[in-house]
Amino acid sequence: MHFTQKDILDIDSLSVEEINLILDAAGSMKEISKRPVKKVPTLRGKTIVLYFYEPSTRTRTSFDIAAKRLSADSISLTASGSSMVKGETLIDTARNLEAMSPDVVVLRHSSSGAPYMLSKILRASVINAGDGTHAHPTQALLDMMTVREKKGPIENLKIAIIGDITHSRVARSDCIGFTKMGARVVLYGPPTLIPPGIESLGVSVAAGMDEALDGADVVMMLRIQKERQKGFFFPTEREYARVYGLNAKKLGLAKPDAVVMHPGPINRGLEIAPDVADGPHAIILDQVENGVAVRMAILYLIVTGGSRHVDTD
Amino acid sequence: MWTLIKGGRVIDPGHLDGPMDILVQDDRICRIFPCGALPEGLVPPHADLKTIDANGLIVVPGLIDMHVHLREPGHEYKETIASGCLAAAAGGFTAVCAMPNTRPVNDNSQVTGFIKLREAQANGVHVYPVGAISKGLNGHELAEFSDMKSAGIVAVTDDGHPVTNSLLMRRAMEYARGLGLVVISHSEDENLAVGGCMNEGPIATRMGLAGIPNAAESIMVMRDIALCELTHAPVHIAHVSTRESVRAIRQAKAAGIPVTCETAPHYFTLTDNAVKDYNTHAKMNPPLRTAMDVGSILEGLADGTIDVIATDHAPHSPVEKDVEFDQAAFGIIGLETSLPLGLELIRKNILTLPELIAKMSTNPARILGIESGIVEGGHADMTLIDPLAWFVVDAGHFFSLSRNTPFDHWNMMGRAVLTLVSGKPVFSILSNG
Repeated sequence: MHFTQKDILDIDSLSVEEINLILDAAGSMKEISKRPVKKVPTLRGKTIVLYFYEPSTRTRTSFDIAAKRLSADSISLTASGSSMVKGETLIDTARNLEAMSPDVVVLRHSSSGAPYMLSKILRASVINAGDGTHAHPTQALLDMMTVREKKGPIENLKIAIIGDITHSRVARSDCIGFTKMGARVVLYGPPTLIPPGIESLGVSVAAGMDEALDGADVVMMLRIQKERQKGFFFPTEREYARVYGLNAKKLGLAKPDAVVMHPGPINRGLEIAPDVADGPHAIILDQVENGVAVRMAILYLIVTGGSRHVDTD
Repeated sequence: MWTLIKGGRVIDPGHLDGPMDILVQDDRICRIFPCGALPEGLVPPHADLKTIDANGLIVVPGLIDMHVHLREPGHEYKETIASGCLAAAAGGFTAVCAMPNTRPVNDNSQVTGFIKLREAQANGVHVYPVGAISKGLNGHELAEFSDMKSAGIVAVTDDGHPVTNSLLMRRAMEYARGLGLVVISHSEDENLAVGGCMNEGPIATRMGLAGIPNAAESIMVMRDIALCELTHAPVHIAHVSTRESVRAIRQAKAAGIPVTCETAPHYFTLTDNAVKDYNTHAKMNPPLRTAMDVGSILEGLADGTIDVIATDHAPHSPVEKDVEFDQAAFGIIGLETSLPLGLELIRKNILTLPELIAKMSTNPARILGIESGIVEGGHADMTLIDPLAWFVVDAGHFFSLSRNTPFDHWNMMGRAVLTLVSGKPVFSILSNG
């Protein structure tokens, strides 16, 4: 099967077959990262621009490493070091980038929908590395890869996603992705942080932590931002941790072999107790490892369409 | 100068509806009479009589758009009073109300006077300035209503911003009542709407955009109704978009409270679905709502709860619109698409033609205390409508300086073909007009 998408803007526009293709390719890519020489020539001569309007460590580094392991030239731009601080609009930036003929532009932006603007202008492929509170498709793909690795087929698994759903692009992409792959996604969090109409993504909202965790195969905890107290979303960190945080006792409600995930960066002791974050159920660092593999797979598929063998020139 | 408008269906809601001829002398309507029965000797034998064939056309009082942002002074790159008046004429409007959120704000008689000066230099379309309620629209102290009234304002509003302080709003209503001015309310609870850029609901959630709940509007509509009841001052609620607002206004009217309201064509034509693909030309405040709200707006139009159709014409340039959705300015233009979208309501059996004309001319005139109607001796401000003219909207050819419309490339039926102000054509696509 060939990969024909020009861009990766969201999970909605990927079919189950395309998701499986990416996850399968990511499996092969992961093997490359384990070699003594972690580099293949597949994308030699290709230019990949990493355009990060918003601070990011994990995702940017992950894309950068992925590009380098495939021998592509990657250039990193951040908002503070770009023309954005000089008042250039996103469209003008895109036109300027276009003039330099990149093959792929990876965009992280604080405004939902920004990658769509870029994709309308650029001949280059656009990969959404997180836009506002809308989508983070590569994160959802690495989450799916990690779950598939640990639990086998995603179909019929119960996935509990707990925390600040309203402000989470990861939650939205995970809801869409896991649901598409046949899992049952249950959300939980303070009602102030459950966005209206989220059920339209095919997920359900639990009435309590017990209901969310009961029999879960996967427990995904989301980062809670301390600034949310200002919008009256919750009264104190103390109360949040007590009611909505995950500790070992609550985790006991999930299946004995349940895995605990977190898109990072974690707030130890807030949404997740340290003993859980470091405990045997946690697969948080596997997510990070798979992030590189998934991004290698996406770069490879989007640039070559999957037509070229990874190890050949 | 004599003009005979022959053979049209003449509608002046509540007064006239039927095939009639209208004789215009200079700027006034001289005589209205049955088709073909021009009384002998009325027009002097050697006078220059121009005849307009209005067969198949509808002749109505000049349309009035009581909610327009003309952007001058201060934002002339978006619209000027001259360009806005051209757009108005092309849309069939003979009069528009100019909202005060210009730069500087129309909160004093000098700015009002400037607008009237520019009106005089434009194409003849009447511009009725609306003054600010509070100085600088900052919600702290009252602007000088009486001074501005002497210079030409017909109403007051802080449109674009709500008057958050209920005491200031009460005093504004009381003070305006004493001067015979109506208060137009931009009803919005800014705390509830904070950060929002589209309607709250499943579509906003999926798109990752912060939502504005219906209650952000209806809470303030209900407050303004309460203040209206308290002060007995006429209050007009601008741009109603939600079912809860319609319900509250319907109940208030039944209780005899002197509240009136308007909606805009986009609120009875589009839903929040139009925002998909992050279309900034579907971003306005209040936002496009759900199909259920559209249904309530249509009911409110049909049962008379909603008195007026006004466009909230809000020109913006690509600088404000070709940007990330959450960064884009609120507002769309409407002068050149309002009438055909209104005529659609007749085809949908929501309104009769006289009811539509009442909402686009008679009622706004009554609320503001300005002239409208086809009466002998009255000003010859009239719009000739071809109800069957089919056209494709081409924003690139708008008279407005701005292009921010969600209706570009839409097929529409029915439009103004001749707009007369004081007997003079300010817009015509009639071969004999």
